[in-house]
Amino acid sequence: MGNKYSVFSLIKNALSYHENWQRAWKDPTPKKEYDAVIVGGGGHGLATAYYLAKKHNMKNIAVVEKGWIGGGNTGRNTTIIRSNYLWDASAGLYDHALKIWEGLSQELNYNVMFSQRGVMNLAHNLQDVRDLKRRTHANRLNGIDAVYLSTEEVKKFCPIINTSQDIRYPVLGGTLQRRAGTARHDAVAWGYARGADEMGVDIIQNCEVKGIKRIGDTVEGLETTKGFIKTKKIGVVAAGHSSVIANMAGIRLPLESKPLQALVSEPVKPIIDTVVMSNAVHAYVSQSDKGELVIGAGTDDYVSYTQKGSHQIVEGTLNAILELYPIFSRMRMLRQWGGIVDICPDASPILSKTSINGLYFNCGWGTGGFKATPGSGDLFAHTIANDEPHKLNAAFNLNRFVSGDLVDEHGAAAVAH
Amino acid sequence: MFVINCPYCGERDQQEFKAGGEAHIERPKQPTELSDDEWAEYLFMRKNIKGVQYERWNHAHGCRKWFNMVRDTSNDEIKAIYKMGEKPPSI
Repeated sequence: MGNKYSVFSLIKNALSYHENWQRAWKDPTPKKEYDAVIVGGGGHGLATAYYLAKKHNMKNIAVVEKGWIGGGNTGRNTTIIRSNYLWDASAGLYDHALKIWEGLSQELNYNVMFSQRGVMNLAHNLQDVRDLKRRTHANRLNGIDAVYLSTEEVKKFCPIINTSQDIRYPVLGGTLQRRAGTARHDAVAWGYARGADEMGVDIIQNCEVKGIKRIGDTVEGLETTKGFIKTKKIGVVAAGHSSVIANMAGIRLPLESKPLQALVSEPVKPIIDTVVMSNAVHAYVSQSDKGELVIGAGTDDYVSYTQKGSHQIVEGTLNAILELYPIFSRMRMLRQWGGIVDICPDASPILSKTSINGLYFNCGWGTGGFKATPGSGDLFAHTIANDEPHKLNAAFNLNRFVSGDLVDEHGAAAVAH
Repeated sequence: MFVINCPYCGERDQQEFKAGGEAHIERPKQPTELSDDEWAEYLFMRKNIKGVQYERWNHAHGCRKWFNMVRDTSNDEIKAIYKMGEKPPSI
């Protein structure tokens, strides 16, 4: 690796006042033709390019991004990583990602700050208790670590939670996945970009796709703001804008794009050393390494591409947070933002071939795509390189909306749909 | 967040309303005759337009009546509102 980061490179660069670090990735102009082009330079797209180059030896490829890399939902999510999904297909997909997360910093030689601080899901009514117990059993049968906690054990694991039985939605128990946690979202995009760039992948920023050219049922190339790019394989990883790209190719997707909001507080000393999620009252919170509380709100119910979202959604989340954590009552919020999430009717993603030869879609991650970044990239790269899905993403095909073989994770995906 | 002019109640805050998704998706006249592809199209496939979109809304915390709206999803600007059964305006 030409630009390996280590304690020695740190010392060496300190001697030159850190003015001579090499750029982590280049800024190339697009070539006339590539073997494959990935549309979308977020975490999933960059990871796809990285694994195409690394595992499938496809080096003549490009990632085109209309803004800057990691500037979309990769930089807008609440960085939670877990794999405690109910259905076998989802468990396989998300745990595949979690296993890659565990060695990712070493593999990329880039600190993605993966922190296995645990994710706890709370139960607030009898049905929650039954659902979470069922999910715990399902997880364990799939080899995913999960334990069910009593109210006392919840209190012990996270002492600031109000476990009084007098509140409107009392804590009746919860589940804990200890291998789950958080990572630094920007670093994931940057680490994959640097790794892909080093293997020869062209990362082309400020390059918006304007059209998809096809001859019959086969793709021919892309019209972009930087000219026509010829390619036989196009992998679309455009999140909220997937339907916009699909429209250019003349195919229909079962997606709706909605604003999802998050917010952070002013930074404070360490107070919560895990991630706590609550489905019933819709509140989830963790604390960043900077000390900010990172809070995720829900989606609005209407289609919008505005990256804003409605005030009452944030208000609802903060009401729930304050009932569960009275200690936060005087915290001040620092920033609030929205991202556009593409939601599937069954709340599961699509990693799939399409009816057009050479056109692949990776979309529909909805409100929870960040956690899957490495696994999604790995499996999508496999799908593009072999023109066949990997067994772990075979269930997440586009045809499931025709066959009816849905992966219905609405109830099991913890929060926010 | 925006203000919606309910055709029955007048201008109200958006949080009184519930979005009902894409408008003018016609219910199949002969459901028993539909192929799997046609069912998928009717049940799941959506235009999800970035730009001017026709959609249904319900004044859930008001008169509880359904109506149609034409809205630009790229900036949430409402172009037109019309009652159920009325001819959609061309925008």
